[in-house]
Amino acid sequence: MKKIGVFVCHCGINIAATVDIKSVVEELKDYPGVAYIQDYKYMCSDPGQNLIKDKIISEKLDGVVVAACSPTLHENTFRMTVKTANMNPYNCEIANIREQCSWVHKDRSAATAKAKLIIKSVVEKALLDEELEPVKVPVVRKALVLGGGIAGIQAALSIANSGYEVILVERQSSIGGRMAQLSETFPTLDCSQCILTPKMVDVAQHGKIRLMTYAELADISGFVGNFKVKIKQKARYVNWDECTGCGLCVEKCPRNVPSEFDQELGKRKAVYTPFPQAVPNKPVIDADNCTYFKTGKCQLCKTVCPFDAVDFDETDKFIEEEVGAIVVATGYEVYPILNMSEYGSGKLPDVIDGLTFKRILSASGPTGGEVRRPSDGKVPKEIVFIKCVGSRDPENHFPYCSKVCCMYTTKHAMLYKHRVHDGQPYIFYMDVRAGGKGYEEFYQRAQEEEKVIFLRGKVSKVYQDDDKVVVCGIDTLSGTNVEIQADMVVLAMAIRPSKGAEDLAKLLKIGIDQNGFLTEAHPKLRPVESLSAGIFLAGCAQAPKDIPDAVSQGAAAAAMVSALFANEYLLHDPIIIGVDEDLCSGCGLCVSVCPYDARELNREKGIVEVNEILCEACGACAAACPSGAAQQRNFTDEQIGNMIKAILA
Amino acid sequence: MTKNRVISSRKIESEALEQLEEISGVNIYACYQCGNCSASCPAVEFMDIPPHQVIRLAQLGFIDDLTGSETPWICAACITCTVKCPRGVDIAKVMEGLRQIVLRSDFEHINIREIDEKLRKKLPQIALIGNFRKTIL
Repeated sequence: MKKIGVFVCHCGINIAATVDIKSVVEELKDYPGVAYIQDYKYMCSDPGQNLIKDKIISEKLDGVVVAACSPTLHENTFRMTVKTANMNPYNCEIANIREQCSWVHKDRSAATAKAKLIIKSVVEKALLDEELEPVKVPVVRKALVLGGGIAGIQAALSIANSGYEVILVERQSSIGGRMAQLSETFPTLDCSQCILTPKMVDVAQHGKIRLMTYAELADISGFVGNFKVKIKQKARYVNWDECTGCGLCVEKCPRNVPSEFDQELGKRKAVYTPFPQAVPNKPVIDADNCTYFKTGKCQLCKTVCPFDAVDFDETDKFIEEEVGAIVVATGYEVYPILNMSEYGSGKLPDVIDGLTFKRILSASGPTGGEVRRPSDGKVPKEIVFIKCVGSRDPENHFPYCSKVCCMYTTKHAMLYKHRVHDGQPYIFYMDVRAGGKGYEEFYQRAQEEEKVIFLRGKVSKVYQDDDKVVVCGIDTLSGTNVEIQADMVVLAMAIRPSKGAEDLAKLLKIGIDQNGFLTEAHPKLRPVESLSAGIFLAGCAQAPKDIPDAVSQGAAAAAMVSALFANEYLLHDPIIIGVDEDLCSGCGLCVSVCPYDARELNREKGIVEVNEILCEACGACAAACPSGAAQQRNFTDEQIGNMIKAILA
Repeated sequence: MTKNRVISSRKIESEALEQLEEISGVNIYACYQCGNCSASCPAVEFMDIPPHQVIRLAQLGFIDDLTGSETPWICAACITCTVKCPRGVDIAKVMEGLRQIVLRSDFEHINIREIDEKLRKKLPQIALIGNFRKTIL
């Protein structure tokens, strides 16, 4: 028979106050299989661990039972302890006499009797424990980053700079994301494109990054370290291998389409690059708006292209790749004004959202950076900004704070004042959230130096009166209902996860919260991991955040990926459910109950085979198996039977 | 329902507001309405508009509300508000500015000559000045 050592922990008074440790030791020392027993005040302390180590060697123990707290706390500690004494870690078992005994009972004698039974049953388990080795899985050291905004760009660059290959997939034809649309950034007012474009160029020139724009993730299978992904390369109708980006096709294209990049204030062509600094700076043809695709006539772009790069016959392609880790950085979109009936439902031309105002402020925007209102191009002299539009409104819209609006609205008012010196900006707010380095100072500067009028209260309605947009609201600080005859109104619309984020989450089998943002594994301690191993989160896809936060999270996700890739193998817990080939009849019952797709019926051999990496040891198959062929390692039917017998004896 | 009051850049850039800022030398837009001035003012219970709202109304350009108010005349210029202000707004000076605007408009509630000379000589100056401006209740 195996020689088992039992080590009983007092946990100070956590266990000892309710369980009579002396009596436990007295009774267990004669239990069959127990070769040695010892109690100690804190078994998890260094001296406690050393005690276990020494006794394994001096008493020549084959297995160890530590009667202490829940295995969720110190199982790993003690397994590592026995390992240093050359014992297989899976021969160390925990008998939980704290959470499942001393903490939940008051009657000392009954608790003591229960503790004895718990330890006896675990001794029975330990007697039949096998030596197990973790399952080794090779890691594909290549990462997939979904989304080419600033978070995805940072993640891709950081992973690539660690020496690993990266595939960066972006839905638009250029990377850059929302940040490329901004004019200046708070709180330093440095030009957004000036700080972003060098990073975009870094991505394009990096030898370790494969850039796939105008592409989307179509399918995924596999698991951490070994994902198989299928990427859909949408038809560009321009052969980018031949195209030099000369722009002749764009120049000659006769068809004008509202530009998404300019929030539809400006125009683009049907063959286009979204903005001048696009990376890659090569055009695509928007088939939905192309005259040739609609009428079968035109082909002007094809005619003028000096490199014969236009190819109307191009089709969507699917590319298959293997990657070890995935970073999801799919970003955000702006909640449409359409949803705000009290602010004109988007029908008032001079009531626009913040992102549109950013395009108006941008030197590369539709007005060349001059503040002119959309309706008649007049320079607005009285401009009203409204914050928390759709945000912080659980009754009608969204319960959360969109986080960036306080700062960007303050920035907008300031930039407006810089452009229109005799203009007056007003900001309606409910609270001002200026938490961040240099943010509060920026906000105070707007009040004190720029004389931006902050009005604390909500705007009840906005309506057109001749060429004015009348804003009715309240200033709760003075208790005054106020009215402003404005020339233009800018709404800080709520931020939403970008379109398709929910479908992508389903595809990747990662969680989303009630507002559609991706769920992190732990809100504080695991903020960049999803609940699926090997899939990480960055940027506004996870929650609204500003540029510094998005960059930090992108870099953090990259650090997690690099840590994963630093291993040649991933180790998987060996306590999985195998198949006894002699007993298995190939009925396939276990295959249908497995939630992890870990079991497969081999019809040729007539038995079920297990993918040990995918198995999460839930035990559904072991319960379903009619022949007893599916046995969980170190939780065999015999072991569990013996444990029950020990308790009922 | 209260009628909406129109705020506009004309009000905010009005002469009266400019005059107030010039006399007091205070940038009233530095105020972020924490309310510490009103919380610490020893005379606030006698005022019709508490000090933080005086600043607020000035920010919005409603100077007429303030020149018609009793608050500047209740203010004893103890400068507790000024000392307490986290944004360096000298509220006591704003009060003095408001008093000056009224004084310069030549408006008095009582006629000094109607007060008995004996009594007049005994009265403290601040009480006299206060009486010129305050509504007799």
